[in-house]
Amino acid sequence: MGVLLMGKSGSGKTSMRSIIFANYIARDTRRLGATIDVEHSHVRFLGNLVLNLWDCGGQEVFMENYISSQRDQIFRNVEVLIYVFDVESRDMERDMHYFQSVLESIGQHSPKAKIFCLVHKMDLIPDGQRGQLMLEREADLKRRATTPMAMTVFGTSIWDETLYKAWSAIVHSLIPNVRMLESHLGVFCAEAGADEVILFERTTFLVISHATSHAQTDPHRFEKVSNIIKQFKLSCSKSQAQFQTMEICTPTFSAFIQGFTPNTYAMVVHSDRDIQPGIMIININRARPSFENIERESATAN
Amino acid sequence: MLVAGDPKSNVPQHAWMPLSSGQTAKPRLLVMGLRRSGKSSILNVVFNKMSPNETLFLESTSIMSRNDILSFLDFQLWDFPGNLELGDSTVDPGLLFQQCGALVFVIDAQDEYIGALRRLYEVIILAHRLNSTITFEVFIHKIDGLSDEHKIDTQRDIYQRLHDELAESNVHDVHLSFHLTSIYDHSIFEAFSKVIQKLIPQLPTLENLLNMLCSNTNVEKVFLFDTASKIYIATDSSPVDMQSYELCSDMIDVVMDISSIYARTQHAKATPSGYLSLQPPSTNGGSSNGRAQASSNAAVLEAAANGMARDPGLAIVEDDESHATIRLNNGQALYLRQVNQHLVLVSLLRDDSFERQGLIHYNFGCISEALNMVLMPESPATAAPHQLHI
Repeated sequence: MGVLLMGKSGSGKTSMRSIIFANYIARDTRRLGATIDVEHSHVRFLGNLVLNLWDCGGQEVFMENYISSQRDQIFRNVEVLIYVFDVESRDMERDMHYFQSVLESIGQHSPKAKIFCLVHKMDLIPDGQRGQLMLEREADLKRRATTPMAMTVFGTSIWDETLYKAWSAIVHSLIPNVRMLESHLGVFCAEAGADEVILFERTTFLVISHATSHAQTDPHRFEKVSNIIKQFKLSCSKSQAQFQTMEICTPTFSAFIQGFTPNTYAMVVHSDRDIQPGIMIININRARPSFENIERESATAN
Repeated sequence: MLVAGDPKSNVPQHAWMPLSSGQTAKPRLLVMGLRRSGKSSILNVVFNKMSPNETLFLESTSIMSRNDILSFLDFQLWDFPGNLELGDSTVDPGLLFQQCGALVFVIDAQDEYIGALRRLYEVIILAHRLNSTITFEVFIHKIDGLSDEHKIDTQRDIYQRLHDELAESNVHDVHLSFHLTSIYDHSIFEAFSKVIQKLIPQLPTLENLLNMLCSNTNVEKVFLFDTASKIYIATDSSPVDMQSYELCSDMIDVVMDISSIYARTQHAKATPSGYLSLQPPSTNGGSSNGRAQASSNAAVLEAAANGMARDPGLAIVEDDESHATIRLNNGQALYLRQVNQHLVLVSLLRDDSFERQGLIHYNFGCISEALNMVLMPESPATAAPHQLHI
């Protein structure tokens, strides 16, 4: 299974890969050099899921190469294509031209691939203009596909949680038994009397799945929590420690974050003051074996 | 004109808020420095939660602005434009320095600093003559761009030059301290913590209380933080290492951020007006108004508005029942406890002490109560705090 990460030189591909999969903090990505040719890396995800990331250098010479001579090698068996655009690119037309050729190659060699376009470096655009700009870009990008393809467009920035939103969506589309996971999570959420249960991947803290029984107001909360916890994990690692569990109790809600299965963390939020913290921890421990089973089953299925 | 709040004063209203007699009592912090030395960036990062990389977009400050910090002590921060001349007719140095507790002077360490030193020297001479109790805090700023060796050299050089010059002009007993700071790490918070601690009269009592907690329980290190700015007001007497400070201040971030996500729904129903309604009346409308008017700088205004938007979340955690626990895999744990609207206690302790979690809650409850008594002068401590249990 292949995940292809492409885009023009300097558009931020390696930076975002390093933040999501290698625990870089945003500021440290300045030190990264340009990627030469194809950098191939395996990322183990959810224990048994291996993401093949092809981080393709975006300099023109290489782009030409991909599209002509290396076409077969690179575009075969692609499940997901992530194409990164620099929002401030001076030469939109050329970017689009390459994007279109890539789409053609994908359509030819892996017609079922899902396409994710990330319009990156959104932090350079003033807050008020982002929405309008994204609408325009999305329409433009979707027009470029000549054959029908599943295409999703995100505006991203390494400086805020938008990066996590996009990558959560990408990873979500790659998990094989995600429906089953979701339904089990729903049952757990209802049985435990929780408002919301969120499942995170252990190493990246990307949101895999969630169940909500009480509507929450903040639609961006998943990626925000990912970002918040990840930042804290990084500050823990500075003092040679790893964060294990967290418990927040306030008069209006309580939240518990702890390691769940070997590959996940769970966050359980509830607002029922009659539920004692100890009870919720017992509930989480009780649910653990059944989710470990799902994980094992999907491991053998692969 | 500064004190009386003369309405006919020729000074523009947005720059100079008239001070009522009550407000003059607040400890005042002046922030000065040459232009482009990073004063506004510092203030925005520390007090308005601006992220460091956003400060690139700040425009240079052209008028003097006053910020009232909605904190437990109501500090006033005066941000001076870098190009302001002290001889300028709009500023009365006498009034300015006489009410000032500390003067923060920012020096850009990445730039040629001889000019800044000359300016600092002038300021010290003038201010010291008018008010000899002022503490001068020199922030050697933007050190993120320097190597470790270079940092020490720069600090030594600045210290030496200033010292020589002051000795030459026969100025002695100036309270002078130096801090190496950068907005990209915790050093700026650490420096402000040290500056502000000097302005708190109850500091010895607070420290005593925290020492009592540490020596009588399993707590290894405890900080009393101002929640909004993450400046620590007091800590116990064991040495502060940067790592545990960072960890504790990051914990406040995590707890606040998660609270602001999940507390909002329920809270919106309870009190729609949110944060401000929970403020004591004295700090309510007046000072937030003051803050908004005090700065015509659009960026500062916007940051202040952002601060407001975050506040409903804060209000939730600000109930004295709120607490949070984080356990680490190295046998350590962090425990956070709300003291009042503005303050939290964050402590480091051994993970195994959580076997008796009830005791931890109880002990921190006692300490919070005692801290509140010390910090609220209008309600004198009538009852002795409860005994700590070990």
